[in-house]
Amino acid sequence: MIEFRTLLYKEVLRFWKVGFQTVAAPVLSALLYLLIFSHVLDAQVKVNGVPYAAFLIPGLVMMSLVQNAFANSSSSLIQSKITGSVVFVLLPPISYVEFFLAYVVAAMLRGLMVGLGVLVVTGFFAPLTFIAPQWILIFALLGGGILGAFGMIAGIWADKFDQLAGFQNFLIMPLTMLSGVFYSIHSLPAFWQQVSHLNPVFYMIDGFRFGFFGVSDVAPEISLMVVAMSFFVVSAATLALLRSGYKLRY
Amino acid sequence: MGVAVSIEQVEKRFGRLQALDGVSLQIAEGEFFGLLGPNGAGKTTLISCLAGLVRPDAGKIRVLGRDVVADYRAARRLLGVVPQELVFDPFFSVRETLRIQSGYFGIRNNDDWIDEILANLDLTSKAETNMRRLSGGMKRRVLVAQALVHKPPVIVLDEPTAGVDVELRQGLWHFVQRLNREGHTVILTTHYLEEAEALCGRIAMLKQGQVVALDTMSNLLAQFPGHTLSVALTADVALPEVLRAQATEVDGRWQFRLAGFEEIEPLLRAMREAGCVIDDMRLAQADLEDVFVGVMQGKGQRAGNENSGVAQ
Ligand SMILES: Nc1ncnc2c1ncn2[C@@H]1O[C@H](COP(=O)(O)OP(=O)(O)OP(=O)(O)O)[C@@H](O)[C@H]1O
Ligand SMILES: [Mg+2]
Repeated sequence: MIEFRTLLYKEVLRFWKVGFQTVAAPVLSALLYLLIFSHVLDAQVKVNGVPYAAFLIPGLVMMSLVQNAFANSSSSLIQSKITGSVVFVLLPPISYVEFFLAYVVAAMLRGLMVGLGVLVVTGFFAPLTFIAPQWILIFALLGGGILGAFGMIAGIWADKFDQLAGFQNFLIMPLTMLSGVFYSIHSLPAFWQQVSHLNPVFYMIDGFRFGFFGVSDVAPEISLMVVAMSFFVVSAATLALLRSGYKLRY
Repeated sequence: MGVAVSIEQVEKRFGRLQALDGVSLQIAEGEFFGLLGPNGAGKTTLISCLAGLVRPDAGKIRVLGRDVVADYRAARRLLGVVPQELVFDPFFSVRETLRIQSGYFGIRNNDDWIDEILANLDLTSKAETNMRRLSGGMKRRVLVAQALVHKPPVIVLDEPTAGVDVELRQGLWHFVQRLNREGHTVILTTHYLEEAEALCGRIAMLKQGQVVALDTMSNLLAQFPGHTLSVALTADVALPEVLRAQATEVDGRWQFRLAGFEEIEPLLRAMREAGCVIDDMRLAQADLEDVFVGVMQGKGQRAGNENSGVAQ
């Protein structure tokens, strides 16, 4: 227990000590997105009956949350692998389950901090409602957990920073940007609607948004099922990797 | 005394390279054990197998009876490893680093012991300094400190003195010897052979992943001609042919390998009878370096195996 708490503390301290980069900067970018998009798109535009700026905010919050959860665990692991300081966590009697939990919880915390920051800052620009807060919370937690665990897989697999950047640019960015952050997928042609339904991030954002406005593209129960399933699959895969010692213990 | 570390037929392959080729060693509790060998012999690989950083392809390793794979948590608690590579976490100060390392071993409120380690490694004045701002030798000392936070019964030091200045090397050995006297088992690799000779009670020499010598320091030293008599003669009378055959000439001096002191007197008498005049004479003891070079060149390949019960 002390082992887990220490590793979690260390992981949180790691991003908090450079909080300007890891928390403030993503909040600022989300704010810029909001200002640009809500300015470009006429204030008259409504999505599912919600003013566009308000519709955009939960999407931006969730996007920032998951991107930062991923960034946290993946960059922490690859940095310590490249500098060699990963031995400090490999030598002690830390079980692979504790290892998993510490990195994932730290990633979730960073994601939630960034998400909350984005919500607070953008909240000034549009009237928000919080119709079903329990949905907001559960999707925020699961979204952070999935991408935190996924970040561990990427960080363990990658040997170099550019491999990780590839992962981020060619997988995480498209998955989050094309998930309905900026639009309702009902506005897409039928084919792209089908494609969007294969993207787990779509369900995270759709369910998350339901918590604010009570309207969504699919029923929140379905989104929850998909997201929870994704969480279990990604976690199981990460735990299996850690257990095997893949790329950590030769 | 029980067995601190038991290594049985450990093998490890990296691609085509057989890094460890059936290594077996038993290290008793309380020993100060030296692991020597040229670069690439497999010392670090063996230590990594012991520490769980590398998974052996075959063989078993136990620390105080705990299997390092099956019972890894218990085994790791008993081990303190100073890695060979100079690594550090740039986010933290020295004290933070040591507190965090204590926590990884399940220990809270460890500041008394941390202060003692810092004092012994002459790091007290650097306790609040960020790791990035330390010199190389200081970072190395922090690595030693990190290995000791949980007072491990078995301490493994992989070249701990590389890049550490003379005074601190002394201080470090003083501290490690104290820990050894207090009952900690110490396993050391180093390329400074005088250091190994002064500290280690028993030595294993590794070459291409195999143990090529394993014995107590005194037995190893005894295996090689105990002493060398080195004589410089005045130019008047040359050394007679008979004696020349027994000696080697180095820098204008004649060196005689002696198996025992009783060989000195006949040599001197022969020289006196031939009319040689001795200008200077020295008696030198064979040291670990002679043994090391001899073993690595294949002489005394089986050193120790005959008279040491723990080999193989
Ligand atoms: N992770 C690895 N992948 C591939 N080869 C490796 C790996 N680690 C070690 N080796 C190889 O295994 C052999 C033994 O290396 P090891 O580090 O154990 O040597 P050593 O005895 O510690 O040498 P030194 O005195 O230089 O530290 C070397 O040939 C090395 O190149
Ligand atoms: Mg080495």
